[in-house]
Amino acid sequence: MMGLHKKDLNLLLIVMVLALFAPFILNPFPTDSALAQFNAGYPDLMQRFVIFGIFAVGFNILFGLTGYLSFGHAAFLGIGSYSCVWMFKLLSYNVVPGILLSVVMAGIFSVAIGFISLRRSGIYFSILTLAFAQMSFAIAYSVLSNPAFNLTNGETGLQVYASDPQWLQSASAPNAPHLFGLPMRATETLTVGGWDFQFNVGYYMCAIIMILAFYLSIRIFRSPFGLMLRAVKSNQQRMIYTGLNTKPYTLAAFIISGMYAGLAGGLLSAMDPLAGAERMQWTASGEVVLMTILGGAGTLIGPVLGAGFIKYFENIFSKINDNILHQWFSALPDGLEDFLITIVHPFIGKGWHLTLGLMFMMVVIFLPGGLVEGGQRIGAMFKRKPKDTNGGLSAPATPAE
Amino acid sequence: MGILEVKNVNKRFGGLQALGDVNLDIQENTVHAIIGPNGAGKSTLLNCLIGKLEPDTGSVTFDGQPVLGLKPHQINQLGISRVFQTPEIFSDLSVLENVLIPCFAKRDGSFRMNAIGTVGNETDVMSTAEKMLDDVNMLDKKDVLSGALSRGDKRRLEMAMCLVQEPKLLLLDEPTAGMARADTNNTIELLKEIKASRDITMVIIEHDMHVVFSLAQRITVLAQGRPLVEDTPEKIKGHPKVKEAYLGETAA
Amino acid sequence: MDALIIQILNGLDKGSAYALIALGLTLIFGTLGVVNFAHGALFMLGSFCAVTISRLFQVSYVVVDETKTDFLGNPLKVKMPYVSDWFGPEVGAWIIDWSVPLSILFAIPIMVLIGVTIERGLIKHFYKRPHADQILVTFGLAIVLQEIVKYFFGANPIPMPAPDAFKGSLDFGALIGMQSSSIIYPYWRLIYFAFAGVLITSVFCFLQFTTFGMVVRAGMADRETVGLLGINIDKRFTIMFGIAAAVAGLAGVMYTPINSPNYHMGMDFLVLSFVVVVVGGMGSLPGAVLAGFLLGILESFASTTWASNMLPGINQIIIYLVAIIVLLTRPRGLMGRKGVMEE
Repeated sequence: MMGLHKKDLNLLLIVMVLALFAPFILNPFPTDSALAQFNAGYPDLMQRFVIFGIFAVGFNILFGLTGYLSFGHAAFLGIGSYSCVWMFKLLSYNVVPGILLSVVMAGIFSVAIGFISLRRSGIYFSILTLAFAQMSFAIAYSVLSNPAFNLTNGETGLQVYASDPQWLQSASAPNAPHLFGLPMRATETLTVGGWDFQFNVGYYMCAIIMILAFYLSIRIFRSPFGLMLRAVKSNQQRMIYTGLNTKPYTLAAFIISGMYAGLAGGLLSAMDPLAGAERMQWTASGEVVLMTILGGAGTLIGPVLGAGFIKYFENIFSKINDNILHQWFSALPDGLEDFLITIVHPFIGKGWHLTLGLMFMMVVIFLPGGLVEGGQRIGAMFKRKPKDTNGGLSAPATPAE
Repeated sequence: MGILEVKNVNKRFGGLQALGDVNLDIQENTVHAIIGPNGAGKSTLLNCLIGKLEPDTGSVTFDGQPVLGLKPHQINQLGISRVFQTPEIFSDLSVLENVLIPCFAKRDGSFRMNAIGTVGNETDVMSTAEKMLDDVNMLDKKDVLSGALSRGDKRRLEMAMCLVQEPKLLLLDEPTAGMARADTNNTIELLKEIKASRDITMVIIEHDMHVVFSLAQRITVLAQGRPLVEDTPEKIKGHPKVKEAYLGETAA
Repeated sequence: MDALIIQILNGLDKGSAYALIALGLTLIFGTLGVVNFAHGALFMLGSFCAVTISRLFQVSYVVVDETKTDFLGNPLKVKMPYVSDWFGPEVGAWIIDWSVPLSILFAIPIMVLIGVTIERGLIKHFYKRPHADQILVTFGLAIVLQEIVKYFFGANPIPMPAPDAFKGSLDFGALIGMQSSSIIYPYWRLIYFAFAGVLITSVFCFLQFTTFGMVVRAGMADRETVGLLGINIDKRFTIMFGIAAAVAGLAGVMYTPINSPNYHMGMDFLVLSFVVVVVGGMGSLPGAVLAGFLLGILESFASTTWASNMLPGINQIIIYLVAIIVLLTRPRGLMGRKGVMEE
């Protein structure tokens, strides 16, 4: 069905179910309970799950398949965000032109940046993309925000003002991003017992786009093009002497992943019409690398898991403060309680980045295959095969899902 | 006129004349060996043929087309495949996928953006690849990760990857280097089978005289970057100049 | 003419910092084959070494001076640094005043120790892993180091004064026979430049004239062969990492009076230093130094009002632009060797 094999189809169905029922799945605790702070079923957070899922899925097409580690994909995210807000400013709050332009602009920029960066491989490539991203950040932050030619509005961030033309904005349309009149921030709340389930228009639009993006990535993984990209990662020398030109393959992968990043950037602006330069900074590029690695680079579902994992814990960790810790540990003796809080304190609230950095190192050191590999290892522990019929010779050759 | 013509090829590395006025004329459907002591310029010559190095002067023509100035992948697309000293395969991919890649390269050229089709549904390519694997007796291993193969199987797989492209010319760079005698003999048998079953020209660069005399129909002896003699194996065996080149002047 | 000289001088101190960081990056890359994304963090740690040591010098206890009163009429409380007690008030005041240069003495062993710990504890395990993994783990380390510093020292820059003796400026114009005060150059920047020059020269001398350096250079050229000779190359590379860390750290210590240290300064400098390495030519030590100074001076020219009138913010991107042009025209960089990073 849909040109997919059974295994891939199952995977797509899992992602679909997760995305479409997220408001339930992510909201397991009653609103008034003490555990409600672990809920993640808010429109704002769910939107970030799927948008960064798109970003990571796209990044994985480049990094997971070809092995080219780009440290500059945040630039495309930023370009997408700016493009979308400009469409709001010039045309109307309808998100369709904005999202389309963000994909197109990111595509154009990734052609230029990819063409130059891909003249080199390995470490050189990573450094070049990093330099490009930092340059884009500097351009967005200062060069293009001068009074004579203000394209990005610098530190304040680009946003829509009442004085903007908005040529196509009709009087009846909502004065906020909308999809043909359906406002992005419209939220329906369903109250069942102690639970409040929130269904947000913006989230569902992003979720559907994410499912499509994920489907496309499955197709790419299983296509002859995807096979060639894996060949690039495996042995470029053999590829060249097999009559294949590696450059256009890697460039195509770079552009596709750049366009995914642009799409994610456009969606970020569509959810919240404000685009700032900090979205282009190297930390943002590092974050998508981490999502992909944490989930499992080169696997299909890994990046989605990684994005969800990181955005969830970012939210939880940033919210926790010492008072909450005191509540948690209140059952413990006072001395132990204070001791534990002192230990945990640096990692929570504003210390989230420290946790992130540590996690980054731990994953690279102990679990280079990411959560997917970890899951497989745990799975293998529980159902140990009675007999290894292949004599241990046949390693699995298809990429893990 | 031969399938591969090398005319007056010169290559210098600084003060070293790696190749001096090399002329070769390799006939279609023969096995042609290039031998010579270490540093004779064999590898340099091979690298000039596949586009890895650009000679300073001279010309290389394959099947009537000039080869110099083309990129390695373009040269391969003309019909020249290469087997490396240590097998170069896609070790992260399965055996079948390894053979599928050259099949796609043959069918679709050096680049084709086919991102929506599914590899498994490309029946023509699939059957070609599986038939090739069957020919080299590796069909039962098609789902094995190729990096986990034994060295002999890796060599076999690399041959299969080259042959599935149906090249007109197969270049072999010391295909038995570092192999045990049994593996060497297996490789010789494999190459004999390949030669017997199709029209193909082979150029072998080799140290091992056993391999050379088992396979070659013509032999060129290279010494200090210059072709010394070119003849049939029988004549080469007793040739005084060859002894001189290999053993030094005192032995002559 | 004077404007030209001013910009060249202004570029020297930033160029010195770039050159020192790029030098360490190249050393580590050349010897260990690892691209160290945490190298900027080492520069930052050096700066905070100076901050810490200066604070330690100023640790004091409070005495009540009965002879004087504060504005409320209470006896005046005077802070007495311990160093004044131990070494006498004059020496004590001198130590506090000279805390930045004095930090060098403490920073060398601290940075070498940090460097060796990082190499033995972490990077050693990554020699055989793919380059991407090396980049990622050092990137993670950089985040961790900077977040730790942020936790202890806060997010705001911490101003660090230069010793009083160097607080003034040199009237460079008068010195070269031009109108006086046409070219003013702070003494400390001059010191920094001289310091960088000494540091760079000693690293080069060390590599050129000692047996240790010879082995390291041989290892940079061909690691496997040197290993085959039975020389314990790994141990030397560990020490090399320590030295590179110390160079970055010292660059950071001495840079504090020029640029108040903050926790993210490492990354800011790292990205530019990478560009410097790429422009200079991956694996070339002289290339790294040359490119460091060239790009520092170029950046300073781009900061002039004349340049920013032409294109606002040009100073922010000029280095990247140059890097792209260099890479397109000379893919190996200014002084890059063939075969380095051309897999």
